[in-house]
Amino acid sequence: MTDVADPAAVPVPLTTRKDWSSDQEVRWCPGCGDYSILAAVQMLMPELGVRREKTVFLSGIGCAARFPYYMNTYGLHSIHGRAPAIATGLAATRPDLDVWVVTGDGDALSIGGNHLIHALRRNVNITILLFNNQIYGLTKGQYSPTSEVAKVTKSTPFGSLEQPFNPLSVALGAEATFVARTHDMDRKHMMETFRRAHAHRGASFVEIYQNCNVFNDGAFEQITGKGNRENMLIPLVHGEPIRFGADGEHGVVMLRDGSVEVVSVADVAESDLLVHDEHRDNPGLAFQLSRLSRGPYEPTPIGVFRDVDRTEYGAAMSRQLEEAVERKGPGDVAALLRSGSSWTVS
Amino acid sequence: MSDTTTNPPAPHILDRVVIRFAGDSGDGMQLAGDRFTTSSALLGNDLATFPDFPAEIRAPAGTLAGVSAFQVHISDHDILTPGDSPNVLVAMNPAALRANIATLSPGSTLIVNVDAFDERNLAKAGYTTDPLSDGSLGAFVVYEVPMTSITTEVSKDAGVKPRDAERSKNFFALGLISWLYTRPIEATAAWIEQRYADKELVREANLRALKAGFHFGETAELFESNYEVRPAALDPGEYVNITGNTAVAWGLIAVSSTSGLPLFLGTYPITPASDILHELSKHKQFGVRTFQAEDEIAGIGAAIGASFGGSLGVTTTSGPGLDLKSEMMGLAVSLEIPLLIIDIQRGGPSTGLPTKTEQADLLSAMYGRHGESPLPIVAAKTPSHCFEATLEAARLAVKYRTPVILLSDGYLANGTEPWRLPEVASLPVIDPDFATRTNHTLDDGTEVFWPYVRDEETLARPWAPPGLAGLEHRIGGLEKADLSGAVNYDGANHERMTRLRAAKIAGIAHDIAPVDVDDVDGDADVLVVGWGSTYGAIAAGVRRVRARGHAVAHAHLVHLNPFPADLGEVLGRYRRVLVPEVNMGQLSRLLRAEYLVDAVPFNQVKGVPFRAADMEAAILQQIEAVAAGIPTASSERKVSDR
Repeated sequence: MTDVADPAAVPVPLTTRKDWSSDQEVRWCPGCGDYSILAAVQMLMPELGVRREKTVFLSGIGCAARFPYYMNTYGLHSIHGRAPAIATGLAATRPDLDVWVVTGDGDALSIGGNHLIHALRRNVNITILLFNNQIYGLTKGQYSPTSEVAKVTKSTPFGSLEQPFNPLSVALGAEATFVARTHDMDRKHMMETFRRAHAHRGASFVEIYQNCNVFNDGAFEQITGKGNRENMLIPLVHGEPIRFGADGEHGVVMLRDGSVEVVSVADVAESDLLVHDEHRDNPGLAFQLSRLSRGPYEPTPIGVFRDVDRTEYGAAMSRQLEEAVERKGPGDVAALLRSGSSWTVS
Repeated sequence: MSDTTTNPPAPHILDRVVIRFAGDSGDGMQLAGDRFTTSSALLGNDLATFPDFPAEIRAPAGTLAGVSAFQVHISDHDILTPGDSPNVLVAMNPAALRANIATLSPGSTLIVNVDAFDERNLAKAGYTTDPLSDGSLGAFVVYEVPMTSITTEVSKDAGVKPRDAERSKNFFALGLISWLYTRPIEATAAWIEQRYADKELVREANLRALKAGFHFGETAELFESNYEVRPAALDPGEYVNITGNTAVAWGLIAVSSTSGLPLFLGTYPITPASDILHELSKHKQFGVRTFQAEDEIAGIGAAIGASFGGSLGVTTTSGPGLDLKSEMMGLAVSLEIPLLIIDIQRGGPSTGLPTKTEQADLLSAMYGRHGESPLPIVAAKTPSHCFEATLEAARLAVKYRTPVILLSDGYLANGTEPWRLPEVASLPVIDPDFATRTNHTLDDGTEVFWPYVRDEETLARPWAPPGLAGLEHRIGGLEKADLSGAVNYDGANHERMTRLRAAKIAGIAHDIAPVDVDDVDGDADVLVVGWGSTYGAIAAGVRRVRARGHAVAHAHLVHLNPFPADLGEVLGRYRRVLVPEVNMGQLSRLLRAEYLVDAVPFNQVKGVPFRAADMEAAILQQIEAVAAGIPTASSERKVSDR
């Protein structure tokens, strides 16, 4: 038996990806996009200068939800859709921890939709990674709340009838303070996006386009395929005009009605290009950008859509406790019991 | 008023009295009852209260559905229930009279607000003739008091509009009853001054109404004399009058304080549990974090997250919420993590009777999760016992790393009784006993932490909140390999884990008090076994039966899972076991299943507690049946037919 050293006394040790990998065999299907996301996270962690013992990965149910088992940190694999609720209790009571929530499109937006939006509006200090593959994988191929209309799946042999959610629009509508999108084909972009999400105080929401090669293979190929990216992915850079293409020949402009549109830079003045502003208090711009593409077959923005400051929930809760102590002094149980009208029988 | 002062007659001494204040839900009856109770507590009476109100905040005025009542029983000796039937009914309108008249015994006193007995109100209450004049109240002593008009009149020159002034009539009724039962009104007057400090007109109207009511009793010569109920000979000590919900909240704070575990309440508002949230949210100086979640599931989920992080996670709810939390409870069973689920039971199924009491969640607490998912169940028996029961539930949760369900109900939640305050230093200390070191050596010599290595005696697993290097581990709702906790689908391992989880909970039987049997001479044939809020009615019924010269035994279970180790032996000592419950027979079913005992159920689901008289009759019936040699099954039918 070994006693464990007081973590505060020890400087953050240098680690490698291996230190962050658990001894569990990874059991996703060969070729699944989840592997590259796991690699990106495990490779990022040594760069963040954080402690394994202060890091917690939480998840619900679904393929993505196996993620915590593969991280050599504290971890909790819970029940379907509820990880944001569990994370809220953990983050609100343990501000010293880095709490990551790994979820999927069914977990976060169907069964767990309620918890997702409330964790976002409360601005709980958690980092949510939503693996969006637009299909139910673990239950073997039913349509999901992000599947396109008319999608034929096991449960919709004649095509899905439902309008899908736009995850970023949902997050922005839920008052999220950090909203970003990345994809599983670009490790560098994932790492940079996750780094930003981790650095944000409050709830960070990252949608990751993730390929399910078994039940929905190639769903994002038109935009994330190697030869397609330059013309189909629109990198958002704060303070820069939004443009893309091999020579930056495409751009985004805002129309008079407030909507945004892809244009050829040659057709407009360069000064007409929309300049990205992550920090704008009004979420309208981010919302418009989240709807620039109707699906992963049109030019689609990636990167950080929104990053604004708002009081983090757990910190606000802790402040109320401190203020109560300042006002009333530390709690005294004997005084509490006598706080009603008491009387004495002798 | 006369200027010739005569000495008022000395008050008649009563040993006890039951008063019921009844009016519209907007009439302030709960407030009047509560203030009367406080005055009586300060005078040293023993007491028990029973607030009885509709689910609607303001049901249509003047209708039977909108009647809100508060019953208080005060006495000069120790009492167990809020009383079977009121000696005095204060009826603020015809609906209040009609809704409550059936509970009155002949000869009881009726004090009615005669101003409210107009044609419209009589019709709304369903009266075709005025009961005050049609002779139907002949069995009662009726006092007609113009409460509305006097209340309005006394505030006229204070600048209070008549419509506003009228709202103070509950204080007039309180003043009158205070005179009738010789309660001083100074404490209530001071309370009004403080409560309405910044609402001058309301304060003035209430004060004037209170005093007018008191003086009306003194001077109206309507009443022959007034009454006195002297202090009860309670055990020496400091007392407060406490509701079950407050006792739960204070119990949680006490546990947090003695254990050093930060308290986290994750909950969603639901009647009749919300007052625990309200109370705890006032006491943040104890480091109490209260979280009003988006739903019942998130409430318990956040509590599990807090427990995972090393807090004492608690969730509070009532029936419908208990249903919603079941998947999370299953997760907590699988995680083997300390957690308190506090269920303030109410009438069901579905939304049922939100403000009425019932104890019909026992089987749900016992079996209401999929899979084999046992957890301990603790039940409070009186409002003040909610404190002790909370401490016990927390002790089991922390020591055995398990979710525990604490059952209370609407009657305990809102009812009050005097509670002798414990010495804080004497409260049991709960040791979180967090894991601080690795606990297993791998074949290659590596020291590791395995989350499912169990304590040999308790079978509890280590609790290792995040923060310590070397103890990083992953747990979840998938079945785990024994010891290492790694995901494991092997059938033999699943059976071993299932049996280990069951054995851990079953083993608690040896860590709880044996059954406390109240059997004076040990010669009773009939044992009454109860749980939860039936305690008062059963104990009062037992007293009555004994007063008639019969022997009867009473055992009241606080631990419902597991049962105390000696329960089977205790049941076997008696020829007849009677199990009264405010449900359709849940404990009786468990006792029959567990001990093959021919337990006789005695059930009622009327949204109100049992009356002592009903209990007395049911016990006597069993005693007579035993004497007459009638077998159990037939007497069971008779009891059920009641």
